[in-house]
Amino acid sequence: MDNRQKEINNLKDYKYGFSTDIENIQAPKGLDEDVIKFISNIKKEPQWMLEFRLKAFERFKVLKEPDWQKPKFPKIDYQDLYYYSAPKSMKNKPKSLDELDPKLLETYKKLGIPLQEQARLNGIAVDAVFDSVSVATTFKDELTKQGIIFCPISEAIQNHSELVKKYLGSVIPTSDHFFATLNSAVFTDGSFVYIPEGVRCPMELSTYFRINASNTGQFERTLIIADKGSYVSYLEGCTAPMRDENQLHAANVELIALDDAEIKYSTVQNWYPGDKDGKGGIYNFVTKRGLCKGKNSKISWTQVETGSAITWKYPSCILKGDNSVGEFYSIAITNNHQKADTGTKMIHLGKNTKSKIISKGISAGSSDMTYRGLVDISSKAKNSNNYTQCDSLLMGNKCGAHTVPYIKNKNSESNIAHEATTSKISEEQLHYCQQRGLNPEEAVGLIVNGFCKEVLQQLPMEFAVEAQKLVGISLEGSVG
Amino acid sequence: MKEQLHKDFNNSIKNLSLSQKDIEIKKFCLDNFIDKGFPNKKEEDWKFSDLNQIIKNNIGELSFFNDYASTNKVDTSVFVDGLEHNKIVFINGRIEKIDFEYEKKNQIEIIDQSETINEFKNSNSLSDLNNAFTSKCFKILVKKGYQLVKPLIIYHTTNTKIWSKNINLRLNFELDKDSSLRLIDLFNDTSEKNFLNIFYNFELKENSVLKNYKIDKFENKNIKYSFNNIDQDKNSISETFILSSGSNFSKNEINCNLNGVYASAFMNGVFSLNNDKHHEIRSIINHQNENTKSYQLIKSVLDESSKAVYQGKIFVNSDAQKTDGYQLSKAILLNKESEFNAKPELEIYADDVKCSHGSASGSLNEDSIFYLMSRGLSYQQSRELLINGFLLDVVEKITDPEIKNLIKNMIGIKE
Repeated sequence: MDNRQKEINNLKDYKYGFSTDIENIQAPKGLDEDVIKFISNIKKEPQWMLEFRLKAFERFKVLKEPDWQKPKFPKIDYQDLYYYSAPKSMKNKPKSLDELDPKLLETYKKLGIPLQEQARLNGIAVDAVFDSVSVATTFKDELTKQGIIFCPISEAIQNHSELVKKYLGSVIPTSDHFFATLNSAVFTDGSFVYIPEGVRCPMELSTYFRINASNTGQFERTLIIADKGSYVSYLEGCTAPMRDENQLHAANVELIALDDAEIKYSTVQNWYPGDKDGKGGIYNFVTKRGLCKGKNSKISWTQVETGSAITWKYPSCILKGDNSVGEFYSIAITNNHQKADTGTKMIHLGKNTKSKIISKGISAGSSDMTYRGLVDISSKAKNSNNYTQCDSLLMGNKCGAHTVPYIKNKNSESNIAHEATTSKISEEQLHYCQQRGLNPEEAVGLIVNGFCKEVLQQLPMEFAVEAQKLVGISLEGSVG
Repeated sequence: MKEQLHKDFNNSIKNLSLSQKDIEIKKFCLDNFIDKGFPNKKEEDWKFSDLNQIIKNNIGELSFFNDYASTNKVDTSVFVDGLEHNKIVFINGRIEKIDFEYEKKNQIEIIDQSETINEFKNSNSLSDLNNAFTSKCFKILVKKGYQLVKPLIIYHTTNTKIWSKNINLRLNFELDKDSSLRLIDLFNDTSEKNFLNIFYNFELKENSVLKNYKIDKFENKNIKYSFNNIDQDKNSISETFILSSGSNFSKNEINCNLNGVYASAFMNGVFSLNNDKHHEIRSIINHQNENTKSYQLIKSVLDESSKAVYQGKIFVNSDAQKTDGYQLSKAILLNKESEFNAKPELEIYADDVKCSHGSASGSLNEDSIFYLMSRGLSYQQSRELLINGFLLDVVEKITDPEIKNLIKNMIGIKE
């Protein structure tokens, strides 16, 4: 009874903290070539894919875990993880949602992501990823009519082999850094999006990631290709059950925008952040990189980072095409013992390229938050422009907020401007709000929302409301 | 390099009358240096300036032994005219003259500290090199309540009679309560391709004021590294101005610890570079106590294929509430080949603070040039006027009027 009560209390803090009791198929624990072959085999992958994985694994063996970052964490035993875990009912893939395990449907309903299409009012196509496999993709037919491909990447490897072969690893090569290489070797599922030439995707595409099984690392891989003149807006959400041990999440996301194409990628990351004493929680070590390959292309990253014990990610833009644009909008909130080291890289290679970075960091409790970013204007990137603004808000004197920008300008015709401020919520502002009848917590919520507004505005409607609430919840208990 | 180091080390030890213990400490530092070597770009602090590579490309093999037995003739023509001042003269790394002619003799004490080892919190292998090879080290103590009447100019001169490829210098300063010192470092090199490794340590007691102006203006082919450690007590003020221009490569590091309440630090710098010069300023301001203040302004004008780097860090300890930290770096790139890199960093653990930094780099504003040309100036004149105004901003920050004028004349900035 006590346990039950405790669980309920915990769930008040993190409402996605439940786990689903479901039968799993797992790969043998640990990491070696056999496990990779097992994953490749169970996914019925072609030979080139297995070779891609093994090549990455060869590279992984010689790489060392990076240690330059600010958030330190205990050493991860990579042999003590399950690299593949899938609900048993998914072994023979259900053909439609009606055949889907009711338990899975129930889980997603609890998370607020109904998979039945008729239940959706606003028409967002969802690809739901549960541990290592994608369990359902909605609105497939409607998208197919326009020639849009939106499916789990494992399906794409089989059905759209040519596209995947051409672009997979073209932005994040198998020889990249430690966690990206690990992902290349063992990634299990994720989403694949292809928008054909001149098509404006009629609805928001969305992936919902859920880690359920314990001791499992989630390694998903997302590949989005926007062909000439196309547009897509893509959303990503994540949750995990509450567990005492730390779980690893090392995803790779690759975006490719060809001539005149635009990709908007929004994330609301709400992995389990660990409890008040910093026990448990997800290690979120994600590699996200977009390539503006064609001229006039645009990639825009928006992220709201409230979860995870440690967040460590730098969504980047490589502005290769002339006149291409990269944008990065971020809110990172850390509370209790959370740690976040996040930011972006804007690499200007083409002429007339533009980038804009708006980063808002809020740290409370005993947490630590770092903005780390790179703006690199190469000597060929004539007439390029960058504007960076990173503001941090501190609540209490046990937390830290840091800004570490790297600014490189090799072109005299290009301009870079960078601004950063760190401050706290002023007594006057608080007093003003409280005088008008708000309690201290509401007042802080209001001020913080105002502080984040620039970024929240960039999110699609439904997400913005959700994110705004999340901002309030994440900071609960940090005032007074 | 290792053999050369050992050989030169043994030679330099021979000439000094050191106790066995001191020799062992020096030996330990030498081994540390051999172990680590010159800093390279794998180290975060040297990311933008790979000293190891720079030395290899510009000097090649170094030699370290300097015979300080014989004196050098002091060339009085290098002395600054029109400003009465006290002097310390270094020639090829040897102290030739210490002269406080304008001061009360009993208020300034010069203490031989050759036996003590400098230990800095954030040191690198160069401090080991410095410790291993410095022969003489003096501490200049300004006594309680004494304010120097005239500024002190330290002349760093090198000439072609230099013994080795590497010179290590060290000086310590202590400013007792309510004292003040104006200090100018003037570099004047005629030697070719040497590596100068200079360490200063300042201890500022309550209410003391230090003004340090570092002027590296004359064209030379040397590689310089200079490290200032400043420890500041309650109410003390430090002002540092760096003109970084003459050497082939130069890195100035300022490490300022604001330990007492109401201590403040001002750090201003100008990069004026051409050819393929590569200069860096790295500043670390540690706010350790309440109500401390720091202000930094760095401006760069970069021509041809020169490269400037600014790494500035403001660190605020959790006890240092009510800190005010400000940092601004601006750069004008005049040439396609020139490059400006910056890493302005904030590391903050206290919440009631006001910290901000800004950094901007770009070309000269064409609109401004157009405006001036439409008023009858030539393109060249307009350009010069704009650059003049851009740099004047920093020079105007110098609080000492005498020295401000001296520096203005030196770098040819008009009002």
